[in-house]
Amino acid sequence: MWNLLRIELFKIFKRPRTYIAFGAIAIIVFLFQIALWFDGKTYVDLILSNIDASFDFTDQFKHRLLNGYFVCFAILNILLIQMPLLVALVSGDAIAGEANMGTLRLSLTRPVSRTQYMVGKFLASLIYTVSLLLFLAVLALFGSMAIFGTNDLIVFRSTSIHQMSVDDVFWRYLAAFAFATVALTTVASLAFLLSVFAENAIGPIIATMSIVIVFTILSEMNIPLYDRTIKPYLFTTHMVAWKGFFYVKADAEGTTLRGSIENLPAILRSLAILCIYIFLFTGTAIWVFREKDILS
Amino acid sequence: MKQLKLFTIGHQRIFCKHFFASIILLYVSNFAFSQTAEEVLQKVKMKLEKVNDYEANGKMKTNVAFIKAPVANIKVYYKKPNKLRIVNQNGISFIPKGSVNISANNVFANMEQYDIIDAGRDSAGLRVIRLLPKDDTADVVLSTLYVDQKNMLIKKSKTTTRENGTYELEMNYGKYSDYGLPDQIIFSFNTKDYKLPKGITLDYDDGTEKNIDKLKDKKGRVEIIYSSYRINEGIDDKVFGQ
Amino acid sequence: MPDIIIASHLFKHFNNIAAVDDLSFSVPEGKIYGFLGQNGAGKSTTIRMLLTLVEPSAGEIKIFGLDLKRHRNEILRRVGAIIERPDTYKYLTALENVRMFATLSGARLSDRQILHQLEKVGLAARAKDKVKTYSQGMKQRLGIAIALVNDPELIILDEPMNGLDPQGIADVRNLILTLGRDMKKTLVVSSHLLSEMELMADSMLIIDKGKKVVEGEMTALFHPAETMVDLQTNSVEAAFEKLVQTNLNKFIFNKKGDHILFRIHRNEVPALIKQLVQMDIEIVSLFSKHSLENYFLSLTTENQHVESFKD
Repeated sequence: MWNLLRIELFKIFKRPRTYIAFGAIAIIVFLFQIALWFDGKTYVDLILSNIDASFDFTDQFKHRLLNGYFVCFAILNILLIQMPLLVALVSGDAIAGEANMGTLRLSLTRPVSRTQYMVGKFLASLIYTVSLLLFLAVLALFGSMAIFGTNDLIVFRSTSIHQMSVDDVFWRYLAAFAFATVALTTVASLAFLLSVFAENAIGPIIATMSIVIVFTILSEMNIPLYDRTIKPYLFTTHMVAWKGFFYVKADAEGTTLRGSIENLPAILRSLAILCIYIFLFTGTAIWVFREKDILS
Repeated sequence: MKQLKLFTIGHQRIFCKHFFASIILLYVSNFAFSQTAEEVLQKVKMKLEKVNDYEANGKMKTNVAFIKAPVANIKVYYKKPNKLRIVNQNGISFIPKGSVNISANNVFANMEQYDIIDAGRDSAGLRVIRLLPKDDTADVVLSTLYVDQKNMLIKKSKTTTRENGTYELEMNYGKYSDYGLPDQIIFSFNTKDYKLPKGITLDYDDGTEKNIDKLKDKKGRVEIIYSSYRINEGIDDKVFGQ
Repeated sequence: MPDIIIASHLFKHFNNIAAVDDLSFSVPEGKIYGFLGQNGAGKSTTIRMLLTLVEPSAGEIKIFGLDLKRHRNEILRRVGAIIERPDTYKYLTALENVRMFATLSGARLSDRQILHQLEKVGLAARAKDKVKTYSQGMKQRLGIAIALVNDPELIILDEPMNGLDPQGIADVRNLILTLGRDMKKTLVVSSHLLSEMELMADSMLIIDKGKKVVEGEMTALFHPAETMVDLQTNSVEAAFEKLVQTNLNKFIFNKKGDHILFRIHRNEVPALIKQLVQMDIEIVSLFSKHSLENYFLSLTTENQHVESFKD
């Protein structure tokens, strides 16, 4: 298995298209940081516009609000919607790309079982996903901290505002990135499954993105019928649970409880659901692939 | 007869002494009660005027329905007649608009602009004094002060403004009471509804944001507990700039 | 000689179409086994079944005496194969491709050993070039190098000469003959190039519409009912005029240049020669062409797509 994994990683990281994702992340993060550096005040004003009648928001307040932790949160908010595409680029290509290149039949005449082959490919996709997230973490978190400094993190939810002390933030990002790994692995496993049915990577990549987009829209809609029936089961509903690490508990007087998470059981439930999806998608992919006639 | 004899002139003298003392006391207390509202305020003002400026350290708790914030270490700067600024030295704090009103000195800076109305006493025995601005167009519509007459300290104030609704201030005093500076202030203010579109926030629905009723409480509170004051040591005007 | 491959009653259906229909055959050890059939006859499907790329609908395959289903990995460790185009990773070099497939095959080869493999197929000088810069012939040779990387006992080659120029074809043929004759490997070769198969194969299987038509040693099988006799004569017109007036007319297949081709039962050849001499026809040369193409075409019943050329 180790040899298989090495081979798959070698193939992934030797391919120029792999680096498109890293390049895209770097460009998006830098553009975001540049935009906020020069015009962050406009963004902050927009967010605070709702409550600036009640509070004095001085320039100092806005400057401190726009710190590295806040910038990173804003980046993740946007980028973790695009990341599924970047993940699907590699995972969707896993089997379909090999079929298209004609290398699948060559590989499968080797003394490696199909299950081992698939597990090796999936693990390689997983490592690729982790490396993407690590790269994102370095740029978005450490980069933003270096450029914008650090201070308390204020998270603006749709009906509440959560403020965490500066020394109560970093561990939350570690937890959030770990969760995001699982979330993106879910997308990777979906793309992986779809890849088994195709002989060209474009199909699974587009299909994965379409499913993610449609499900995300359904997850964000507030229609009672969907809320009760479909929403709780969509994996996109649970992919954003990383944000739960930034929702804090407060006492009766509204004072943040340091180190608290507002609803850890909910996050763990989301994590479990995503793990079930990963298991289902990957398991199905392996099962289908084992039975599949290789005609490419 | 013997018993009656006991009721001697000596006893009569003692009785009279006590009687007159009581009369005098009654008269004095009557006199005290009969201090006018203006006089009471003047006395309070005299106390407050001992303070030209101060720099206070304290901890601030923000209690607003839609905000969860940690306790902040703050400094409060004041300079006569009505400059006041709350500053979080390193972190971020939600400072309510109208925070300048946490100092009662504001009222005393412009007392001549108000009509002073004596409203008697409240159930806690505090002297209730209302201040009506003479100028009908002033932002302040009404200010009510609750004064501890014994110590000449303002325990509570309620100010209604056109722009920002009603502020309430409760003050508790300790070692700085001689200067009229409180150890604890609770400042209540109005807040507007807070809501951001979900399309911007992309919230994670963890099942905890359904308590909409709570959010209808449109009053916020800020509690400041002062740990120390540096009084009359001079403060640069720059501190009050932006 | 034991049989390396024994396939018994193989069936394969795709959407109710029988691609392979009760096919049984066996491949003797150390021989070059030719696998022939029209397009769509079921050759590729059969080869894919041998290599576990396709699951038989029914039937059994044993290789090296082991059941293929139960001992797949053990068997494939001893097998090398090219299926149709030998596609490799174009964005990698030949060296990287061979190294990777060697690892997959369980062979631990140093770069030196890999270069030696590439040298055998004439690619050592281009080992570090990306495969996307290779010609079709070079890619084919790379595919063969990959098929041989684990020094297999059984080599299965599906259309190994596809897309090659005459030199390339000759190179592959020589390689196959070396592997079979000198190194005693067992080879299963499917090809459309019947003339090449004639030169290489020791035994043969012809299938048509998924069924076996004929199987056996070339020397035993290839005594076609008909043979082509090629007569070269100085006066072809005069000879032709004489011949059309005789009973030999029905055997005339073609006339071109100074040649007349007869299509005749091989038993009739001596009588033909005798009659030509008696008719005083000048014989510059006369030889019998045992054409595999003719044999093959006579056995497979697929309709001709294009009329035979008659000059």
